[in-house]
Amino acid sequence: MKFTKLATIALTTMAVSAPVVADLVFPSLSYRTGPYASGGAPYADGYADYFTLLNERDGGIGGVKTAVPECETGYNTAKGVECYEATKGDGALTYQPLSTGITYQLIPKTMADDIPLMTQGYGRTSGANGKVFSHVFNFPANYWSGASRIINRIKEENSGSAEGRNIALVYHNSGYGKEPITTLKALADKEGFNLTLIPVDHPGQEQKSQWLQIRRERPDNIILYGWGVMNQVALKEAANIRYPMDQMFGIWWSGTDNDALEGMGSHGYKAATFHNVGSDFPVYADIQKFVVDAGLAAGDGSNVGTVLYNRGMYSAMLAASGAAKAQEIHGVKDITSGMMRDGLEALDVTDALMAAAGMPEFGPEFTVSCSNHGGPGDVGIQQWDANDRQWKLIGGFEAPDTKLINQLIKVDSEAYAAENNITPRDC
Amino acid sequence: MFYRESGDFKKTYQKDNQTFPIKFDRWRYYFVMLVAFIVVPMFLTDYMANAVMTPFLVWAIAALGLNILVGYTGQLSLGTGGFMAVGAYATYKLMTAFPGMDMVSVVLLSGLITAVVGALFGLPSLRIKGFYLAVATLAAQFFLVWLLNKVPWFYNYSASGQISAPQREMFGVIITGPHATPVAGYLFCLVFAVGLAWVARNLTRGRLGRSWMAIRDMDIAAEIIGVNPLAAKLSAFAVSSFFVGIAGSLFFSVYLGAAEVTEAFGISVSFAVLFMVIIGGLGSIFGSFIGAAFMVLMPVLLKNILVGGMGWPTDLAAHFEFIIVGGLILIFLIVEPHGLAQMARVLKEKLRLWPFPH
Amino acid sequence: MSADFLYIIEVILNGLMAGVMYSLVALGFVLIFKASGIFNYAQGVMALFAALTLVGIQTGQIPFSHLINAIFGTNMHHFGWQVPTIIAILLTVGVMVLFAIIVERYILHHLVNQEPIILFMATIGLAYFMEGFGDIMWGSDIKTLDVGLPSGGSLWLEEYTLGWAAEGENYYGMYLDKLDMVASLVAIVLVVSLTIFSQYTKTGRALRAVADDHQAALSVGISLRTIWVIVWSIAGFVALVAGIMWGAKSGVQFSLSLIALKALPVLMLGGFTSIPGAIIGGLIIGVGEKLFEYSIGPLIGGATENWFAYVLALMFLVFRPQGLFGEKIIERV
Repeated sequence: MKFTKLATIALTTMAVSAPVVADLVFPSLSYRTGPYASGGAPYADGYADYFTLLNERDGGIGGVKTAVPECETGYNTAKGVECYEATKGDGALTYQPLSTGITYQLIPKTMADDIPLMTQGYGRTSGANGKVFSHVFNFPANYWSGASRIINRIKEENSGSAEGRNIALVYHNSGYGKEPITTLKALADKEGFNLTLIPVDHPGQEQKSQWLQIRRERPDNIILYGWGVMNQVALKEAANIRYPMDQMFGIWWSGTDNDALEGMGSHGYKAATFHNVGSDFPVYADIQKFVVDAGLAAGDGSNVGTVLYNRGMYSAMLAASGAAKAQEIHGVKDITSGMMRDGLEALDVTDALMAAAGMPEFGPEFTVSCSNHGGPGDVGIQQWDANDRQWKLIGGFEAPDTKLINQLIKVDSEAYAAENNITPRDC
Repeated sequence: MFYRESGDFKKTYQKDNQTFPIKFDRWRYYFVMLVAFIVVPMFLTDYMANAVMTPFLVWAIAALGLNILVGYTGQLSLGTGGFMAVGAYATYKLMTAFPGMDMVSVVLLSGLITAVVGALFGLPSLRIKGFYLAVATLAAQFFLVWLLNKVPWFYNYSASGQISAPQREMFGVIITGPHATPVAGYLFCLVFAVGLAWVARNLTRGRLGRSWMAIRDMDIAAEIIGVNPLAAKLSAFAVSSFFVGIAGSLFFSVYLGAAEVTEAFGISVSFAVLFMVIIGGLGSIFGSFIGAAFMVLMPVLLKNILVGGMGWPTDLAAHFEFIIVGGLILIFLIVEPHGLAQMARVLKEKLRLWPFPH
Repeated sequence: MSADFLYIIEVILNGLMAGVMYSLVALGFVLIFKASGIFNYAQGVMALFAALTLVGIQTGQIPFSHLINAIFGTNMHHFGWQVPTIIAILLTVGVMVLFAIIVERYILHHLVNQEPIILFMATIGLAYFMEGFGDIMWGSDIKTLDVGLPSGGSLWLEEYTLGWAAEGENYYGMYLDKLDMVASLVAIVLVVSLTIFSQYTKTGRALRAVADDHQAALSVGISLRTIWVIVWSIAGFVALVAGIMWGAKSGVQFSLSLIALKALPVLMLGGFTSIPGAIIGGLIIGVGEKLFEYSIGPLIGGATENWFAYVLALMFLVFRPQGLFGEKIIERV
């Protein structure tokens, strides 16, 4: 039969193609095609380039070479699962899917397979509760700390109070966009501002009604949780209705170089971020020397220094630090994914560590513990400067309303634990 | 040579009417069943089960369902994704509301719920035909997805609207949830796929199936000879949605384990299933299976060859995948517009005469 | 006038403009459906491809540079020149004509007389193919499209209407996007010229003859193949126009191909075979969905536009199964 024949062919190709690895394997579930390719490509480049740099410059991590097999997901959950199944057998140490949808698929799977899942600034926020989600690491910041930090910033700009302000949340009508709603509602009760929810459906090319509504209601601030084309259109429409851009705040996924393409129209637009901007760090000289000039860059090199490239690189750096830590704890060079998990859980990112990696003050300092996989959630604020065509950091990495967020995380993760019969770890 | 029909006399009507009247076909069918139920589970790796076999079975069920609607009744529908979403969310609600319920009942009940919804959205088909109907079913697709995304009750008020399947067992074997063994999930889906294929086969050659086909071939003529279009069309929508709902249920609970309605059940799903039906062959049970096999296996195969075998960069490979799949669809349609099933039929006719074609 | 009333007018006007944008996409569908009975799903991808090509030519991008670099290990992306907009547009039209010829010769020619659903499937295959091909040719990053179209709200209108509201009410003047106004003008010009073309030129008459009856047209010596090439070329041109208008809004990127979904309810409502239908349908859908989102949307949680357009079209279809302007479906046994 045709099917069985095809299956045999598929099987044999897979058997032949399975790479023989004794390296430290960090699979990259990337997406360079589909509607979100413009966001996926620079991130994947940064992720891969950093590991290439480690190989070329330091001979890998602790002397063991790294490998970054890439697998294209197209931002599609089913393909993401396929990629996961295809790569997990090769000794994968950790996964970073760069998609909230795929993260949700992988949370139970990675827990069962004992592979840590790293989601920097996306995924399931309540994964920060290490007692329930033993294999999810979403440091240094999550959607909720981002939302809370934005509200704090609004308070700072308005002499310490958001009381009575009208704040509109324009969000991608999907799991990702809906994440901050709970937090913002809780914050609205606490701080006394009014929250208006304005959903935009995928893909978000037509947002006329939404922006007419904003124009009519003139909210004092807008918070944007968009991804892909939705960001570009939202910023364009905001400029069109002459909304004061410095009153508009994006989450980090709405604060990339692609989103501010509009040029002068987006001048002054702010976005939350959990890492530094630009390419003014020693590590970039090394990347240029060892990776780009050597012709080993994952992409065409044009993305180096963009926001998403930085984010990919930063995530790679955190993963590499976790691996180094794991080697240190277990005293083995060839670590397994279980050891990697222990390493991540014992991760202590200090300024000294960042500086040693050639990225001084690139991200906040934080410590991971058994019960807290999310770090303190320090978030900075960046602003788009259209004159120089670049993002600039204008606020330091500061803690959000940690108490409130921890409470919400506790509630959400305990609900998950109850639904899935997970006994929280004792720590 | 293979098809030795001489001497194979049928002595009862029952035997004459069986699905595989030729002995060789029958044996081949038993052989496939044997392979699927016993041989495949013995050699099934995690990757093969989770990324190839289980999705293949799930999509095959969905394609079967849509084939009933498009292939047998001639009602073009692009609402498959929405109906699958109904099945998935029904499963989620049933699993969380009644933790003690066994999975077979959950899946069947989800199918029934979807059937009711499907019949409801099938009502416009009584007036609207052809491409107009296809676009009208898109209303179902977008509305259902919006509704499931909007009303928090459907996803038990979780922060992001994601649903994830809790762990359930049958006969002491874990079927859903992260600790499920891939083989168990595969076998669970296989039982449904085989059972539903059997149901579909027998429905389509019975009275109901014939009334569907009469409607497909010419609805006015069918009406004149006494086929009730209301009953025929709505039953087609209901049965089709029942299948699709079960596919959605398995897709969520066994295959993916977690889902988000906007992403997992979007419009692209509707198109993908329609593809399978047309590539496989309209109005053919076997076609639904090979159509699903083609659409599930082809990308995986291409990816493994291009990226794994030839070491291409993933983005180039992904783009070429699009080009090759698109190109293959065009080639298949040009070579054999009636689908892969028709190719198989032609092959069979040739084999019956081989090696003496005259 | 009360501010509420003015808001409703504003919503209606903006709905009309949005409707025109949908119509631009729908027009391409109608042209091809009329002439060949093909429901061309690839229309959205054609718009993307046309816009990509335009930007690519304009900015002097090297086609297939990614592929070339991957194979030969080179690192080149641009020719280093800028092509004037008008020449770039002409070249893009040339590419779309070439595309039409290729489609006719290698696909349609082999699928003559197939069932509509097979042809529909073929265009989906074509859409897949072009998605991959466009990405390989021009890359999948977001590109800004600058052909000198104005954008932003019209200040003049805003100031002019500012005084219309009653004293003391919160009113900021009426808002209309300049880009939308240009799009409306372009759409009007496009429809008028298409109508003139099909009514008063020889080719146009041949087009209509083919649309009416393939066999009869063939028998009076009209070449179907030529006509199909012409129709697909025109559809390619319409796709380019739609691509420019939508691309100016959001940048040229993959999502541009999804605008096809916005055109489907328009087609349904206006009828697959009527050019004025595409325009009127677009206007009704545009106004309908915007008004619904404005009035009912906030009550039921918003983001209703995607499905409401279809439901609206569905309601019309229940009363007129062939669409508002479609040809009456006559059924015989």
